[in-house]
Amino acid sequence: MSAIIVERLVKSFGKLIAVNEASFTVDEGELFGFLGPNGAGKTTTINILTTLLIPSSGKAVVGGFDVVAEAEKVRRIIGLVPQDITVDDDLTGMENLMLHAGLYHLDRQGAKRRAKEVLELLNLTDAANRKVETYSGGMRKRLELAAGLMHHPDILFLDEPTLGLDVQTRTAIWNYVKKLRDELGMTIFLTTHYMDEADALCDRIAIIDHGRIVAIDTPKSLKNSLGGDIIELEVMHNNPEDVVQLINKIDSVKKAAFMDGLFRVTVERGEETLPMMLETLLRKGHRVTRVIMKKPSLEEVFLEYTGRALRAEQGSWEEAFRQRMIIQRARA
Amino acid sequence: MRDIVVEIYVLLGRELKKWYRSPFLLLMTIIQPVIWMGLFGKALNLTGLLQVPEELLRQLPPDATSLIAELFNKVMTNLFGASGIDYFSYMSVGMLSIVVLFTSMSSGMTIVWDRRLGFLNKLLVSPVKRGSIIISKVLSGVVRSIVQAILVMLIAIALGARYSPAGPLAPLVALSALTLLSLGLSSLFISIAVRLRSWESQMATINLLNLPLMFASNALYPIKMMPAWLQAIASVNPISYAVDAVRQSLLMGASMSISALLLDIGALTLFAALFTGVGVLVADRGLRRG
Ligand SMILES: Nc1ncnc2c1ncn2[C@@H]1O[C@H](COP(=O)(O)OP(=O)(O)OP(=O)(O)O)[C@@H](O)[C@H]1O
Ligand SMILES: [Mg+2]
Repeated sequence: MSAIIVERLVKSFGKLIAVNEASFTVDEGELFGFLGPNGAGKTTTINILTTLLIPSSGKAVVGGFDVVAEAEKVRRIIGLVPQDITVDDDLTGMENLMLHAGLYHLDRQGAKRRAKEVLELLNLTDAANRKVETYSGGMRKRLELAAGLMHHPDILFLDEPTLGLDVQTRTAIWNYVKKLRDELGMTIFLTTHYMDEADALCDRIAIIDHGRIVAIDTPKSLKNSLGGDIIELEVMHNNPEDVVQLINKIDSVKKAAFMDGLFRVTVERGEETLPMMLETLLRKGHRVTRVIMKKPSLEEVFLEYTGRALRAEQGSWEEAFRQRMIIQRARA
Repeated sequence: MRDIVVEIYVLLGRELKKWYRSPFLLLMTIIQPVIWMGLFGKALNLTGLLQVPEELLRQLPPDATSLIAELFNKVMTNLFGASGIDYFSYMSVGMLSIVVLFTSMSSGMTIVWDRRLGFLNKLLVSPVKRGSIIISKVLSGVVRSIVQAILVMLIAIALGARYSPAGPLAPLVALSALTLLSLGLSSLFISIAVRLRSWESQMATINLLNLPLMFASNALYPIKMMPAWLQAIASVNPISYAVDAVRQSLLMGASMSISALLLDIGALTLFAALFTGVGVLVADRGLRRG
């Protein structure tokens, strides 16, 4: 059975279409990733699936229940670790977890044990009895994650779970998320704009851009779909068409295109093809001023499908900034 | 049903923890009424103003003195309910209802913060009943209001207010009246606040409602001293009924009027039932998804 079924889902805010005819399914026990830049519609999709928003049209079924008609049943089986930090500043870490346990009607003794477990896991044991207002941004994020794990949901939604965290913590969280899937068979839906995260973690990835899903597959197949290595060239030319034709004549070249002042070429066996290509161009009098060769990566996949680079760096900075604003507001 | 009780217990626990752990906030909410009490109650001694000076009385013939005394008593009884009441005691009792007003308002409005800081979303994705969210907010408003009202009453006594309860049950009657008032007011403010998205609109709403509700009531001045249009407003203001109930039970001593008290409690019960009912429904709608 599919854990999540989404059919032609649309959500618009006034004129803005945040999610545009998205369709996909997530299998039980699958770790499914939503990869997209800021404003792509990731959080909006999660908010619909977790019953916080009503879709404008289309259908979404989570754990066999319709998110609109059977919202209460959906809420019983899901967990959400939201993008923005929502733990209560005025309570301690432990109290936040026990509050969460109360919301899900866990028995107190079991909840206490479980809280200790998840605090240990996320390295918060020492801070457990401190008020959250004394926590750093990363600690809050970890506590948020701890809360989401308290009640063992069947389907866990993680909205940018590692945003703003250091490399060590990110790796620890990846390992734990994998463990949840492997050992408990939890279905996990996560969003990210970190390519490496999507690649390392997810069984399958949907790439979402401007509310549309542009590709869905395993990271491996997505990379394979590029058909080989990517070579980008800056070439002196009068007419890009001539250059493209010239490159296309080479046997191991699968595809060539001119975009943003660069020739982007997909080739087999890049290491051997590159010298050949340079030679061919030079012989016809085209001077090559710059060459970049890239192995297939999700970054390239993203560029291929959207025509734009996904700048994880910039995104994470903006997000980190936004988070800080929220924390400050909370403290004010 | 058991679920709802547990949920309310958990959520109310959170509210109250947040409250009693910030003594500064608690202090700030009672400091305002206490200052009002000091400024108005002590400086503006209305009953003192109406008193005829002793020397003047001594110069008059005895029958005129007794006439004036009778006149004075009638004026005082007419305005303040009994002749032996000093203004400070009179208004400090009114202040208790004002404390309830301020506290119910500020605690109901915390739902704006819960939304802003995302905590509300945490509740909304959980299986917690929407009603439990609202009811726990209302109850936290009531608990805070009553505790703070008692604190202010103790401060008033320390500052020299003289109360004469009608009987051993009178303080309980006064607290019941304040509880009913707080139930209605908390529900009212939550159903307003649940629609507000920003802290600014919250402040604007508070400022818009706070002072008119306070001044258009008998908390500070007798209704009879007001112009007719204000009297009309004051006589439908639930605060007036709570103030009167507390005055009847704590201030009037033997001259307490049972019928007035029954009318007050009746009106307050109606107010609380109506606003809690409607408020929970309205607030519930406000929590629906967009
Ligand atoms: N409540 C709302 N009202 C109006 N517009 C909204 C609302 N929520 C989201 N949007 C818009 O919908 C679009 C998608 O937003 P969403 O939060 O889903 O993006 P995202 O993929 O999660 O981005 P990020 O990586 O920044 O978290 C954005 O253009 C955003 O401005
Ligand atoms: Mg987002």
